[in-house]
Amino acid sequence: MGYPHPIHPKETPVLSTHFGDAGARTFDGWTSRGGYVALKKALTMTPEQIVDEVKASGLRGRGGAGFPTGLKWSFMPKEDGKVHYLCCNADESEPGTFKDREIIRWTPHALIEGCAIGALAIRAEVAYIYIRGEYTEPCTILQRAVDEAYAAGALGANAFGSGKRLEVIVHRGAGAYICGEETALMNSLEGRRGNPRIKPPFPAVAGLFGLPTTINNVETLAAVPHILNRGAAWYAGLMLGNPKSTGTKLISVCGHVQRPGTYEITLGLPMKELIFDACGGMLPGRTLKAVIPGGSSVPIMTPEEVETCVTDYEGIAAAGSLLGSGGMIVMDDTTDMVYQIMRLARFYAHESCAQCTNCREGTGWTTRILERIVRGEGKPSDLDLLMDLAENMTGKTICVLSDSCATPVVSGIQKFRSEFEAYLSGARAPVLVGV
Amino acid sequence: MSSHSAEVHAPVFVGATLAKLEALYPKYPTRMALLLPALWMVQEERGWVSDGAIHEVAEKLELTPAYIRGVITFYTMYHTHPVGRHFIQVCTTSPCNICGAEAVARALLEHTGCGELGATSPDGRFTVMEVECLGACGFTTPMLIDDDFIEGVTVESVPALLARYP
Ligand SMILES: Cc1cc2nc3c(=O)[nH]c(=O)nc-3n(C[C@H](O)[C@H](O)[C@H](O)COP(=O)(O)O)c2cc1C
Ligand code: SF4
Ligand code: FES
Repeated sequence: MGYPHPIHPKETPVLSTHFGDAGARTFDGWTSRGGYVALKKALTMTPEQIVDEVKASGLRGRGGAGFPTGLKWSFMPKEDGKVHYLCCNADESEPGTFKDREIIRWTPHALIEGCAIGALAIRAEVAYIYIRGEYTEPCTILQRAVDEAYAAGALGANAFGSGKRLEVIVHRGAGAYICGEETALMNSLEGRRGNPRIKPPFPAVAGLFGLPTTINNVETLAAVPHILNRGAAWYAGLMLGNPKSTGTKLISVCGHVQRPGTYEITLGLPMKELIFDACGGMLPGRTLKAVIPGGSSVPIMTPEEVETCVTDYEGIAAAGSLLGSGGMIVMDDTTDMVYQIMRLARFYAHESCAQCTNCREGTGWTTRILERIVRGEGKPSDLDLLMDLAENMTGKTICVLSDSCATPVVSGIQKFRSEFEAYLSGARAPVLVGV
Repeated sequence: MSSHSAEVHAPVFVGATLAKLEALYPKYPTRMALLLPALWMVQEERGWVSDGAIHEVAEKLELTPAYIRGVITFYTMYHTHPVGRHFIQVCTTSPCNICGAEAVARALLEHTGCGELGATSPDGRFTVMEVECLGACGFTTPMLIDDDFIEGVTVESVPALLARYP
């Protein structure tokens, strides 16, 4: 549902059915709503059976990259005699993204169940949920739910009397966007600085504590119990014409819409219907100027691109952007694009872990140049310089944070060039930067 | 008096807090993995992570103080200096920014008496920090006061909100 709003007819509530329903937070409340049936079923299945079911569902990673989940799980070694780990990525820090938080705080047991099933699928006994430090309330709720699940015997040395050990451990981060990158998350969990690691080795070979590890997003794991309960065919049938993008997706919509919130759509819904129907469209007297559809790291879209775009992995890619995390930022005609792109660049400069020269220097320079443009001190050559910097920040670093900083700058200059030129020519009055 | 005075560090990890830390040992295959949880315990008890506490954590987890300092400085949420009685973190990243977050941040600076970001008010009551996306972008403007996550803050609601934190 479009939490905190009632369910809109354009939505397909699956994961979000119980958002806003505090009764679903407890073990008993969750069980009475059909919870833990899927885990009990999974405890009778082989890892291959679980992986095959998830493969057949078409579920793709909801953390940003959209990698097929069953396939990812199948990369984990079999009979290697090593300890395996599952990491659940609850670091949710990509600007515009606030959907995992609703899963964690309203349906914590859905996540615990998903983690437990994911662990069984990859032959792990331990799942760590890495939750960002700022999520104080969700963290407390999640920890309480985990404690309850242990007390009820759903977790522990003998999960539901199956003889199998299943542990779910909540680990709190301490403020760093980069810890959402999978290998940075592993370093952070190990008690290190959150620097991303060079790949290979990939996590399935050497991940957390150097052992085979799978990492999945909160929403990905929370979808798994539904797939086991209702079947892969049901999930795969949730689509609007594109069999590569199946299931429902939570889209957290923010910015200048009437009803910001977390909406659950069947993949394939026209973006226009999401923004103008479900979210109620623009504020009175305003018009749409830009949409960043998948968290701040994806290309900015124009209203023309939104007009014909369908909201799924391939649909948004065809429109020149990405579904990403599903964090949708809507901007109306009051938005100063140059200022906001500057502010995004500053975000990446602040969050760069600084191990790669191109990222450390590139995010810093990009920010400083954009700041001077906004302050009215830009040079005519600055736009070329920004494009040049962006090129040197793309595809050249250990992780893609560097690329993510370049993306809004490049798409912003390409699609809103006249706004940059207005600052450069003095046609637009300079603005003070920051608070 | 400087924070480097020879004041004796009263140990954090005694009694219930020590038990809480030790209860985590079996959950991780290494001691190092307990570093973030241990630092959180210190900050919950003392409000910040002092040099004495760093030495204590180092000893408990068999790490060096320099290593721990290196880790602490990577993260934004640990304080290596005392801060105001109430620590405010307000988001000003773009999604909040386009909905007026900078004006909220300025109102916070004004009504707390902090004057500038990162400074503590003269009465020691507040410190205000600007932070990046808090993961609540649909509920502008979100902020944290200590551990309280507060949504929908406006310039107008700031004074009444602050009054709840004496
Ligand atoms: C800089 C950066 C930040 C990221 N932040 C997150 C995050 O907060 N949450 C998340 O689930 N994935 C995040 N990712 C993606 C993860 O690296 C990883 O792909 C994902 O957790 C895999 O889970 P999935 O396959 O279920 O999507 C981030 C990636 C990068 C490069
Ligand atoms: S690209 Fe940036 S954030 Fe990623 S590893 Fe390199 S310096 Fe760190
Ligand atoms: S941008 Fe402010 S909470 Fe996300």
